[in-house]
Parts: sequence; structure tokens; C-alpha cells
Amino acid sequence: MSGDPVVEELLDVTVTVNGVPRHARVPARRLLSDFLRHDLGLTGTHVGCEHGVCGACTVLLDGRPARSCLVFAVTAQAHAVTTVEGLGTREAMGPVQRAFAECHGLQCGFCTPGFLTTVTAYLEEHPHPTQDEAREAISGNLCRCTGYQNIVRSVLRAAELREAAEADATAGDS
Amino acid sequence: MTTSMFGAPVQRREDPRLLTGGGRYLDDLGHDALAAALVRSPHAHARIRDIDVTDALDVDGLVGIWTHEDLPGRVGEPLPLLIPHPTLTHGRTQYALARDEVNHVGEPVVLVVARDRYVAEDACQRIRVDYELLSPVVGIEDARAATHLVHDDVPDNVSAHMLQEVGDVESAMAAAPHTLELDLSIERSASMPLEGRGVYARWDDEREELRIYSSTQTSTGVRAAVAAKLDLPLAKVECIAPDVGGGFGVKINHPWPEEVLVPWAARVLGRPVKWTEDRREHFVSSAHERGQLHRVRVGFDDDGRLLALDVKFWHDNGAYTPYGIIVPIITSTQLLGPYKPGTYRVEFWSLYTNTVLVTPYRGAGRPQGCFAMERTMDAIADELGLDRTEVRRRNFIQPDEMPWDHGLLFQDGRPLRYDSGDFPATLATLERLVGWDDFAAYRDQARAEGRRVGLGIGCYVEGTGVGPYEGGHIQVETSGRVNVSTGLTSQGQGHETVFAQVVASELGVRLEDVHVTTGDTRRMPYAVGTFASRAAVMSGNAIALAARQVRAKALRIAADALEVSPEDLEIVDGDVRVKGAPDTHMGLGTVSVMSNPLRYAFDEAAKAATQFAGSNDPDKPPVADDEEPGLEGKDFYSPTQATFANGMHAAVVETDPVTAEVRILRYCVVHDCGPMINPMVVEGQVHGGVAQGVGGALYERMVYDGGGQLLNASFMDFLMPYASEVPFIETDHLETPSPLNPLGIKGAGEAGCIPVSAVIASAIEDAEGFPIRSMPISPVELWELRRRHERGEWPSLRHAHGIPADPPAATAPGDPRDPRDPRDEPTPATRPEEQR
Ligand code: FES
Ligand code: FES
Repeated sequence: MSGDPVVEELLDVTVTVNGVPRHARVPARRLLSDFLRHDLGLTGTHVGCEHGVCGACTVLLDGRPARSCLVFAVTAQAHAVTTVEGLGTREAMGPVQRAFAECHGLQCGFCTPGFLTTVTAYLEEHPHPTQDEAREAISGNLCRCTGYQNIVRSVLRAAELREAAEADATAGDS
Repeated sequence: MTTSMFGAPVQRREDPRLLTGGGRYLDDLGHDALAAALVRSPHAHARIRDIDVTDALDVDGLVGIWTHEDLPGRVGEPLPLLIPHPTLTHGRTQYALARDEVNHVGEPVVLVVARDRYVAEDACQRIRVDYELLSPVVGIEDARAATHLVHDDVPDNVSAHMLQEVGDVESAMAAAPHTLELDLSIERSASMPLEGRGVYARWDDEREELRIYSSTQTSTGVRAAVAAKLDLPLAKVECIAPDVGGGFGVKINHPWPEEVLVPWAARVLGRPVKWTEDRREHFVSSAHERGQLHRVRVGFDDDGRLLALDVKFWHDNGAYTPYGIIVPIITSTQLLGPYKPGTYRVEFWSLYTNTVLVTPYRGAGRPQGCFAMERTMDAIADELGLDRTEVRRRNFIQPDEMPWDHGLLFQDGRPLRYDSGDFPATLATLERLVGWDDFAAYRDQARAEGRRVGLGIGCYVEGTGVGPYEGGHIQVETSGRVNVSTGLTSQGQGHETVFAQVVASELGVRLEDVHVTTGDTRRMPYAVGTFASRAAVMSGNAIALAARQVRAKALRIAADALEVSPEDLEIVDGDVRVKGAPDTHMGLGTVSVMSNPLRYAFDEAAKAATQFAGSNDPDKPPVADDEEPGLEGKDFYSPTQATFANGMHAAVVETDPVTAEVRILRYCVVHDCGPMINPMVVEGQVHGGVAQGVGGALYERMVYDGGGQLLNASFMDFLMPYASEVPFIETDHLETPSPLNPLGIKGAGEAGCIPVSAVIASAIEDAEGFPIRSMPISPVELWELRRRHERGEWPSLRHAHGIPADPPAATAPGDPRDPRDPRDEPTPATRPEEQR
């Protein structure tokens, strides 16, 4: 069976990540999650299962939540990806991030980036969720630590913070 | 104004980092590292005849392949048996890479290192292992029958047999007016942290030093184990637990094979090597827990008081016993919960099976024990027609009977002696919270609507804060920054925050000025680890003691400089000042400068300190004999015995009359872990524990087929609860301080999950009118029990009240169920609005 060395063809992949075009030469089978984490060094996106169930690897692909472990990097070619690093910085956290901090919506923090991206996209379309809707919104992501209760609270609090920020922005405009 | 952070629900200091992608988990490190992958056994029990790696050698990017034969010295010897026990007569541990025989699917056989993980797995796929299949032993019944043996030299598959007895159980049983016998079982589940295990090692050839990063619950343990295995001086090995994405027990076992193999390969290759577990690997090669069968015989009087309790159980320890028999020992002792058993005999057999090994999973044997005891309590209540809370109340250890010694040996080899607790008060609080007395009316109303609802209860006591010790080190920099380190690790419990709170309170400094490091053997080489709800008790107290030392030293130095007595000083927000005269003061940073006679004026604090320079007696050394330079303190806390937290849960469930689906309508928790350092963090622990308990009660099980294949080794098929499955959890707290430690605290890490299976079983039983004897229970299983019950093959409760008298109209085919969401109704069983 011994034969030619198995050498892989590499492809050029360019993806706009958090607003910045990023490029790497990767094999066709490189997962988007690995591309972000290992080729681009954006380790905020986590991998909990690699079979599309846990949601830890969720990023926004053209603004919509996608499981980066189920997407090849080449598929994201010329698309826009937002990772947790794109949601805010330590000094200036986004409303969803702030809400999770306020409500103790995380413990080990491993599932958290997937929740943050999911909730960010959800609130774009549903800015005023009820409690049951908030629960529903996060029910595709697994968390082994928090029991979800404080994540539900975080979603509701994030909605408030977004609204307040918008009100401020409007007031600032006038 | 005083600074008292202890007890405040302060936001976690680790969060901004974790919320912005700044976490540093194992796989986030070692960008330049080679990747390891393992060929794992596809068979549950087989002899290895041959390993052919020829084809793998063609893979571009391959760096190395090793089998057991290649492992030198101690690397090739069996992994250590961490916790031997005299009754563990047949302990067996695995090899880092299997030698001759594999004993479960997933056991590592070949190590591959390559450029990246993709390539390493390519190589793994081209390695052919020739196996001679042996008969597997799967499940407790199989192990007990011992038709086949897991290890040829272990008779009857029994690794350990243990018996403890307090009082004369046989005569008490014979004399008891009533007796019952129950068979109760719990299936296997697993910790399943969202981050799997992982290890990354760098060998420094110039210094001949090894640095290991591991996603572990015990960095000191991994360090010592690897140093021993690789025959390195301990001083040349350091281990760091970075951010860890959950542990729940599975990351306490050490060393895992990979924790030996990866550092060894890094040293052999002289290059960094990393291994990150994938989810399937986690299912088939990291530990499970929970699988036990119990037979309970109980004797009691007409009032339901226990006279004799005789428990036999069989524990499935999987293929190996690296962590000893801690799990069944805990079951055998903690089963007693808050009750006085009258007389007690417990006997267990720990059994080998050709399945993944067992180490403690959150709760560690207690969920099984609680299930056995609480089912027994419910059975007694049913037998006598008494209220279930009444039977419990009558058997409680009373507050004035504390400390209560059960006369048994606990997991730490010390007496099972409860330090504090007020069980009647806890129960009364729970009854109020859940509306116990009003439930009958709600059930009647529900029944009239064709709905089946039931109320369940479960009580437990949890030994927490087991020794032997933890340490704390505190150093105040000249800037006023306070560096704190403790050796145990964090897997999301918020240690950076809660330990900072302890220091802020004890030392009188601002929380922002306190910086906590955990799990780094460079900073604190003596430590045990984070498990058994021990972190707050052990490290919390060690850090408090260290802070008290630092405080005393600071006051002594400042008193000298300010020419007052130390008793007249206080420390507020990092400022040492004279009580009642706050204008006479000095910053802690300045005190730190003064504590060190080497006083170059690097910064403002040092300059400021010069004004306080004391007398310079030429006859004395600058550092006195009994002194050390620096404002620093280190102390260890080592208790004589464990603390004992307790709690009681109640749940309301509804079972679907057609599909037998179980829905939890309400879940109430009353919890007592003594004074809470940070109530927000404690609540979070309770929530998370309950969620894991709900998984264990209704969804999670390891489904092995007869051949020892794990059929559900993915998140697709192993059903962990999502937000949609976990109820809103209502909580209340009691704080009965422990007399054992300076802070009076008891641990809270595991409590949430302990009684959940017992509580849900109790509630389902209440709804259905027949007993529930094994958990988890799926809709199919409940439906099957209903059928057996209808056919007369499964008994009724004697005092059933949950079951509708007539088949409800709603069960007729095509007739929609009452569409109302019971959570929206303002009745006692409704879920309150979640508090914002
Ligand atoms: S890692 Fe992608 S969904 Fe779990
Ligand atoms: S916070 Fe640990 S998995 Fe969600």
C-alpha cells in the first residue's frame, strides 16, 4: 500500500473578519472554526463538539448565526464573519457582553462566545423579547455550567441596554 | 466606611476578558506546537496481535508514531493508582498506551504526532491494528455474573468489597414493626464539560525544563505525576492550568495517558506538542460516573422512624480504578443524608466492566445515595399513609444534636461527623417556598382538567471542603497592588473574584487592587485541587489566614512609623490610618516599601516612605532575625475533617397523559452552605448543578450495546439539557456557619445536582400513582411502566392520589390537551416570573 506521499493542495482564502479582510493559504478541508482560531489566531471562537450541536463555535456569517465547525473556510470566501472579538473590547464591551457580565451569564466562559453571537443576531431581529422568547432564542446552544437561568436574564438585560443605547444615540442626534 | 466585600454579590472580575474573546483555554495556547492524535481501540475487549504503521509513514507532515513498545522506563509502566484503599484489593490501572490488551473502546493504543491535527488523524487512519477479540463484560449484571472476566487475574470482576455497620442491623430489622425492600438503580452519565481535556507541553533544552499546560483540576498533581513518569526533578517541571472550560470532576484524574504522552513526546522531539481532545474522544476515553444498582432493606416503626437500614449496592467502576473507590465510599456514607438511620449496615462491590473508567462526576456518588435514601423515605411515607415531609422531619438529626457523628468513616478516612446544619428549618423554608400544603388543591384542580401533576422532594447532606490542605500567598507591592496566589485551579467557579473578596475584606483593600492567580505551580507549588466542593473552604480560609498575617505585619510596621499602637490602627481601602484620626495615615504600598530595607526610590511610594524611615540602629541587622523583608504572608489551611453543607429541593412535574413526556413546572431549592462569600456565584453554582441534575434525571445516559460499543458518543445522541429543558429555579438560603474554619463557610459546588433524580422520581411517582425505581427515565420508559402498571405487573402506590380517577377525556385520540400553559396561571404550582 505504500506509495506517494499524501500531500494536500492549498487554497487561498480571504474572508472579511470583524470588518477586516483576512487571508490565509489553507487546505480545502480546513473548517472555518479552525481557520479563525489557528490560521488567524482569533481564539475567541470555541469548539465544543465539532458536529454542529453545541453552538460554542457560532459566529455571524453575513450577520446571521452560523456554526463555524460546519462551514469550510473556503465556503466563507468573500463573505463577512463576525466573531466574539468583533462584538466589543474589554474597555468598551457591547450591550450583550455587558449584560452577561451584569447577570452572571457565564461561568467557565467556554460556551459564552457562541451565546454572545447568537444573542446579538437574535436581538437585531427581536429587540424586545419576552422571557419565554429569550429562553427560546438561546435554546440551540449548550452550556454545561450556568443552568441557563442567568443567560435568560442576560438576554433580557441586553435588550434593555440596547434600547438605552439607541435612545442615547437618538438624543445625541437631536 | 469599612471595606467589606465578603457576602456581596459583586460582578466577576474574570468576565470582561472571557466576554471579549480574551480567554486563554488550552487549545488557545501553543500556536507553534505540533499536534498529537491517538489511535484508539475500536473494541471493548481484545488482545493486540500486531500494529502496522507502514502506510502512515507516507503522510506528508508526519513527525512521529509510537506504540507501547517504544515507551521507555516509567512512561511504559501502568499509570498510578492515586487513591489506594485497603478494601480495593484488586486495583488496576491502564498503560499510557495499551500493552497487549485493550479493555474498553477508546483506550489509547498508538500515539501520532504531526504538523497539525488534520494530518495526525490522516496518519491514524492508516495505522492497522490486528486484534484478537475477547468477550466483553458490559454493565453491572454482566460483571456480577462474572461469566467473563475483564482482567484475567481479578476474580468475579470485583475490585473492592467494603462493609461498614453501626449497631446491630439484623436484630433491629427483625424487631421492626414494618420492613420494606427496594431495588433502585441509576445509570451512567458523565461530566461533559464543554471544553474537553487537553495538554500542551514545551521542553526547554537549554534549561532542561519542562512546562506543561493542562486543562486540569489539579496542576500540582499533574506536575508531580509527570515529573515521576519522565524521571525529571520536580524543580524542572512546572504545570499551569490556564482558563479551563468546565471540569465537573473528569479533569481531576491525573495523569491521564495524554498528560504523560504529550510531555514525553515534546521532550523526545525537542519541540512543543499539543493534544486537544475532540468530543468523541471525550465520550470514549474520559471518565464517566453514576452507574449503580442498590438493594435497600429498611425497618421502621409506626411513626415512620428508621430502626434499621441495610443497603447493598454494586458499583460499575469501568475498566480501571486510577481514582480508587471514592465514588462508592461516598455513596455508602452520604446516603444517610440528614437522617438518623437507627442502625445501619452498608456493603458494596465495585466491579470491573469493559467500559470507560469511572472517576467522580459532580456530586460524586451522592446523587445515587440520595436517590436510594429519598426513594426509601417516600416508600415509608406511602406504606404508612403519612405526609412525605412528616416522615423526613421525624428522622432528622436535630440542630441541638450537632455535631453529629454517624460512627462511619468518610471518604477522607476521617469520621463522618456533621459540623452544623438546621434541617427542620431548611425543610420549613422549602415547604413555604414550594407551597407544599397547598399542593393538594392544585393537584385536584389539575386532575379535574385531565392533567397529571405531582410534587416531589429530596433532602441531602454533602460533605464539602475535604482536606488535607490548601495554601494562600499574599504579597503587597509598593504600588499597593495585592498579589494573591493559591494552588488550586478554577474551572469557572469565579475564584479570581471570590478569593479577591476574601482578601479585600480581611486586609481592608479595594477589590480592584487584588489580583488572584490560581493553578500555577510556579506561584504555589503546594496544592491539592478543585473538586469535592472544597475550593472556597480550603483556599478561601488559607487566603484569609495569609491576609491576616499580612494585615498584622502591616499594622506593626505602620504603628512603628506612626508611633502609635497597632490596636489603634485600621486599614480602609488600602490606607492604614489611626482610628478616629484619619488624617494620620499611610498607604499600604508605603508600608510595603518600609517592610523592605532595600529602598531605592523607584517610584513615588518609595520616595514617600523615606519620610518615615525609622532609627537605623547600627547594632542590629537591617532585617531582624525573626523577620523577612517584604509585606508578604503565606499560610495553609488544613482542617481536621470535612464540612457538611445541606439542602432540600422540591419540584412540581406534569406528565403527559398520552406521550408520557415529563415537564418540570417548578423547581425550588433551599440551600445551606454557611456564609456565602458571593451569593451571586453560589446561586450560579446551584443553577448549574440543578441543570446537570435534570440531565441525569431525564435525559443523560451512556448507551452501551452488548459488545461494549457506546452508541451515543456525540452531543446528537447523548442528550444534555438545553435552556428549553431546564426549569426556572427558585432558591432560598440558610446560613448555618461551620464551627470548623475561620470563615465559617461550607462548599457549594456540587449540591445542586445531588437530589435532582430523587426529586423528579418522587414527583413523577406522585403524578402517576406507581413507584419509580430507576433513573433517568425517558418518556418511552414511563409509558412502558404505565402499560405494565395497567396490566398489573407493576405495583400501585398504596396512597396514590396523583392519578386521575377516570381516564381523562383529554387522552382520547385526536382530542387536544388543555392548551393552557400552567406556567401562566397564578396557582401555587405556577412558575413565578423570573426575576430580572
Ligand atoms: S463546535 Fe460547532 S456546534 Fe459545537
Ligand atoms: S459557562 Fe461553562 S459551558 Fe457555559
